[in-house]
Amino acid sequence: MKQEVSKKEVLIGAIVAVFLIAVIPGLNAFTPAGSSLHVSDFNINLWGQYLCLAIVAVSIDMLWGYTGLLSLGQMLFFSLGGYALGMHLMLMIGKLGQYKSDLPDFMVFLGYTKLPAHWEPFAHFGFAAFAVLWVPGVVAFIFGYLAFRSRIRGVYFSILTQALTYAACLLFFRNELTLGGNNGFTDFKTLLGFDLGTPGTQRGLYIASAVALVLVYALCRWLTLTKFGKVQRAIRDSENRVLFSGYAAANFKLFVFVLAGMIAGLAGALYVPQVGIINPSQMEPAKSLEAIVWVAVGGRASLIGPIIGAIGVNGLKSWASQAFPAYWPIFLGAMFVVVVLFMPRGVVGLPAQIQEAWRRHKRAKEATAEAAAAATQVPKDSQS
Amino acid sequence: MKLSQTLQAMAVGASLLVGTMAPARAAEDTVKVGVLHSLSGTMAISETSLRDVLLFAFDEINAKGGVLGKKIEPVVVDGASNWPLFAEKAKQLLEVDKVSVVFGCWTSVSRKSVLPVFEKNNGLLFYPVQYEGEELSKNIFYTAEAVNQQAIPAVDYLLADGRKKFYLIGTDYVYPQTTNLVLLEYLLSKGVPIENIGGGLRKDEAGKVISAGKYTPFGHTDYQQIVAEIKQFAATGDACVINTINGDSNVPFFKEFAASGLTAADCPVVSMSLSEDELRSLPTKDLVGHLGCWAYFMSIDSKENAAFKKNFFDWLKTAKVQGIERTNRVTCSPMVLSYDGVYLWKAAVEKAGSFDVDKVREVLESGKITFDGPNGLNTVEENHHTKKNTYIGETKADGQFKIVEEFKQVYPEPFLKGTFVKE
Repeated sequence: MKQEVSKKEVLIGAIVAVFLIAVIPGLNAFTPAGSSLHVSDFNINLWGQYLCLAIVAVSIDMLWGYTGLLSLGQMLFFSLGGYALGMHLMLMIGKLGQYKSDLPDFMVFLGYTKLPAHWEPFAHFGFAAFAVLWVPGVVAFIFGYLAFRSRIRGVYFSILTQALTYAACLLFFRNELTLGGNNGFTDFKTLLGFDLGTPGTQRGLYIASAVALVLVYALCRWLTLTKFGKVQRAIRDSENRVLFSGYAAANFKLFVFVLAGMIAGLAGALYVPQVGIINPSQMEPAKSLEAIVWVAVGGRASLIGPIIGAIGVNGLKSWASQAFPAYWPIFLGAMFVVVVLFMPRGVVGLPAQIQEAWRRHKRAKEATAEAAAAATQVPKDSQS
Repeated sequence: MKLSQTLQAMAVGASLLVGTMAPARAAEDTVKVGVLHSLSGTMAISETSLRDVLLFAFDEINAKGGVLGKKIEPVVVDGASNWPLFAEKAKQLLEVDKVSVVFGCWTSVSRKSVLPVFEKNNGLLFYPVQYEGEELSKNIFYTAEAVNQQAIPAVDYLLADGRKKFYLIGTDYVYPQTTNLVLLEYLLSKGVPIENIGGGLRKDEAGKVISAGKYTPFGHTDYQQIVAEIKQFAATGDACVINTINGDSNVPFFKEFAASGLTAADCPVVSMSLSEDELRSLPTKDLVGHLGCWAYFMSIDSKENAAFKKNFFDWLKTAKVQGIERTNRVTCSPMVLSYDGVYLWKAAVEKAGSFDVDKVREVLESGKITFDGPNGLNTVEENHHTKKNTYIGETKADGQFKIVEEFKQVYPEPFLKGTFVKE
């Protein structure tokens, strides 16, 4: 028995998709700079970044909200995707770099005279684009295979994912890895021949991010409606019962983990050319924790919540770090505390939560009224 | 999915979009100037001091009538020790706030992350912290020490002091790596045999040295083995250590160093990343007698420095800045080079008669813009770096330096690698 998507949902989804994919970039391209409807190049670029982060948030929701796997290392896969495309972008700089060498600047810096062999295939965009998916996918597969086979669950799984991203972060800091060490990759010039500095290219990247977000959302939404989605939620709610029912829970979890890793990799690849830098600090555990916060704030197990959370929190961060440069972390922290303490279902769960509270309030009132009424008839009841 | 959820999503999205679009308008009689430093995160401990000294310089200039008759209006943003955020904030300063100039960045990676933004928008950035060189952007002016204004004079001093063996140690990132490669070439050119350079060499397949020295990751704490190696290396009594370890790792390093029985007399350590401001938060007793090398020390005895210190500390007492630290403050080289940057920019703007970046750059590149600052005379050279003095100082127990050597007016050379031919 497959759940159906209501017509209303499809319609609203389509409207939002058109708004993100066509209307916003349209307002950027076709309205004059002074107009009140105009979306500036700065904002297009910023929103492109938010949408990429929203994609990561959706991947976390698939893991955490729907499967009960709290991964504290999702930004690792994001970074791997970013690095894979970053390697291609570095090679595309060519002689436009500081040293006018075919080698990336940091290699000249460190005295390399020849491109290391593992870099060579990344000169082809196709290879790099493919690597954006398979590199995070393979890492997720190996880690997931080992973890799920050994039935590592709950908080132990979370700790391991965090350790994994931290280990990767330290590894990527090393210059020996030939991935730019602490500085990572930056100063990109072109992508597929388009100058990354022009507003048109940035608009294109924004549209690509919006399309990716819509497709990823649609895919995940569809998955949660299928039988697969049911098993997913069953694993979250009671894994042992799923096992006793004859399902190989480990394989389901592995599939979700790899899929989420690949989605995060895609997001990273779209993010890097827009923000202009990828370096190991992106893999620091704190970054992955931040991504968890977006999902928690937006509301998990809703898919739409993480998108709102990622865009909302990052938008707020951009605004607050400018408006109150000295106090914004406290401001943001206070918001997280409020959400965790008082809004367990996040922003999207708020209306339902208020409704429930109202109903409870009403019921409590009725109950006291009843109790008061009952109190007047106490003598009879007290006998029994 | 419920309708209410979706509508909410749209409402939140739309309100955020509108919120970030609000245009910023500058008043007629002010000029907007960006301050781009980390006020939160791991770098805040160092970078907040630079924001303070910049705001002080702006107030000082505004009190004397501003620049070209316009008051400076600072736009302070927080890079939050987050490199992508640095790029975003740089973009915001240049594209939304349309500032005339930006003073900022500490780490090389933050500078590398904003560099494309400045080049694309033809902005102007003044960068104040010692760095590895090997960079020259037409949109950046480096008031910082280049390697030949810090590490090379330090080595010269140690050579003159009779030191024959050099141990190189640093944190594994680009500044120590590059500095040590340059130092290796320099030491070899000075006739120091390669076996007298400690820390290890790494070669590529062709046998070319691509890395010299010992490296530890950020936040490393276990220096026992390395110090044991240094002790062995220094057994001859004529060795020294060139230290490019960054931040907190210096604490366990110096602790271990002192515990092993090594003293500054046996084997002096010259540190490239420890200024007075860092020493405020380090236990200085293990560092006494070891060396520092900067373009400025708080202990410089000059009229300009005395006035600068007094005015800055007075300003701190009453400054209207949220959360500013008012007591127990010191001044250090990155702070003074930030301060110099503001005045160099002011001088260039006044000479150009305009805030236009191209005109200001042309004047700065003329080699005629100078500022007599707390650290002595600074001259902007055509290679975007500044000619200035270099000082060697001995650490004292109170976290100050006793100046033991002064190199007058060292010309900046950002591109050093491969320039020293082996004699």
